[in-house]
Amino acid sequence: MQDRPTAAELVAAVREWIEHDVVPATEGRLAFHARVAANALGIVERELTADAAFTAAQRERARALLGHDGPAAELERELAARIRDGSLDGRLDEVREHVRRTVREKLAVANPGYLPDAARP
Amino acid sequence: MQIRRALASAPVAAPHPDPDALAAVASRAIGAEVTIEAIRRLSGGASRETWAFDACTPAGGRHGLVLRRDPSRHAGASDRSTEYRLLAAAGAAGVPVPRVRALLEPADGLGSGFLMDRVEGETIPRRILRDDAFAAARPVLARQCGAIAAAIHAVPAGSLPPLPVQDAAGQVAQYRALLDGFGEPHPAFELGLRWLADHAPPPPERPALVHGDFRNGNLVVGPDGVRAVLDWELAHLGDPVEDLGWLCVRSWRFGNTARVVGGFGDLDDLLDAYAAAGGGAVDAEHVRYWVALGTLKWGVICIAQAFTHLSGTVRSVELATLGRRVAETEWDLLDVLDGGW
Repeated sequence: MQDRPTAAELVAAVREWIEHDVVPATEGRLAFHARVAANALGIVERELTADAAFTAAQRERARALLGHDGPAAELERELAARIRDGSLDGRLDEVREHVRRTVREKLAVANPGYLPDAARP
Repeated sequence: MQIRRALASAPVAAPHPDPDALAAVASRAIGAEVTIEAIRRLSGGASRETWAFDACTPAGGRHGLVLRRDPSRHAGASDRSTEYRLLAAAGAAGVPVPRVRALLEPADGLGSGFLMDRVEGETIPRRILRDDAFAAARPVLARQCGAIAAAIHAVPAGSLPPLPVQDAAGQVAQYRALLDGFGEPHPAFELGLRWLADHAPPPPERPALVHGDFRNGNLVVGPDGVRAVLDWELAHLGDPVEDLGWLCVRSWRFGNTARVVGGFGDLDDLLDAYAAAGGGAVDAEHVRYWVALGTLKWGVICIAQAFTHLSGTVRSVELATLGRRVAETEWDLLDVLDGGW
């Protein structure tokens, strides 16, 4: 158990410093990369806050599709392989639904603004 | 305004081309003794450079030129002389391209490359889509792109340098292999690869010249519309509809999602102008196939960029974050597979 600020709060502090102090004081390539860096920290903030729930939901859906449990990343790897080899072709509607949800969860962390309003978390 | 975006993803450091050597080539190209002024790097990575400069005559004339070169050729670098011959053939066939002026020779001491005219205008997509200066151009861009695409696809095969033939099925296989090389699961792309393999159009009866990167970002636009098409290094022979689809990939709409063509226009305008300019009637579903393939290709390229960072080849916060933009292309691809644009 660490003291406040939490990891997400520390990352937010660095992001705000970049946005408020570094970006206005730089130009060209350096300012662009500072904005990219601030954006990357925003991803980290959202991931620290939301990703545990997303990963748990993803794993539960994949478990239902594949018929067994495992780490979310391994289930996703198996799912990818089984889409390719055709062994899930009889359940493609379920597969598409799962994949769409997973991509939505990734975007909710990486770039929520990319999602249409109706699909935002 | 500048012809190429002073790439935010800044060029890697490179020594300036020798001004005396450049002056000698420019003098040959212009047909007068010139001095070189205002040389600046426009874009490029480790294997390719683009420089803008002015060639100035003693009488006060000023000629805007661009040098495209590979300072030291290495495996995988595309051949600048092919690009030179391609630009010459496209220009002769009426495609708006920068006029090529001189092919570098080994004795010039500047590497492999060529000089071409600098076309004034804007290439930064967000400015083209939003700045007032292009308000009158935006409504005509889709139709202009249709006519230009028809001209590209009608460039006589006999005038072209040797180019690879790339059909849809071959590209699907190529990008599947590229994806596999990274070892990361992407079920959305697997769904796309299945669909693309099942729906591949038959190879065209007559493979046409395909630009290969015909999109908002490679168009020089002025207040009057498209002035030149740049960046021909992905040109190949294949299905001409590939260019129409790539132009409509959502990533090149830069937020103007509802405007399917480059963020500036509508598909009907593009296809009407393409047919009117002799390109033939094109089925929108055929375009959508190439939008799907283009979206997948761009997604895989984003993964590749992230791995350029992760592997240590080029450590860069910009390349790293491209890995988290892959989900955008997955989202777009799922929409296209569902019949969307």
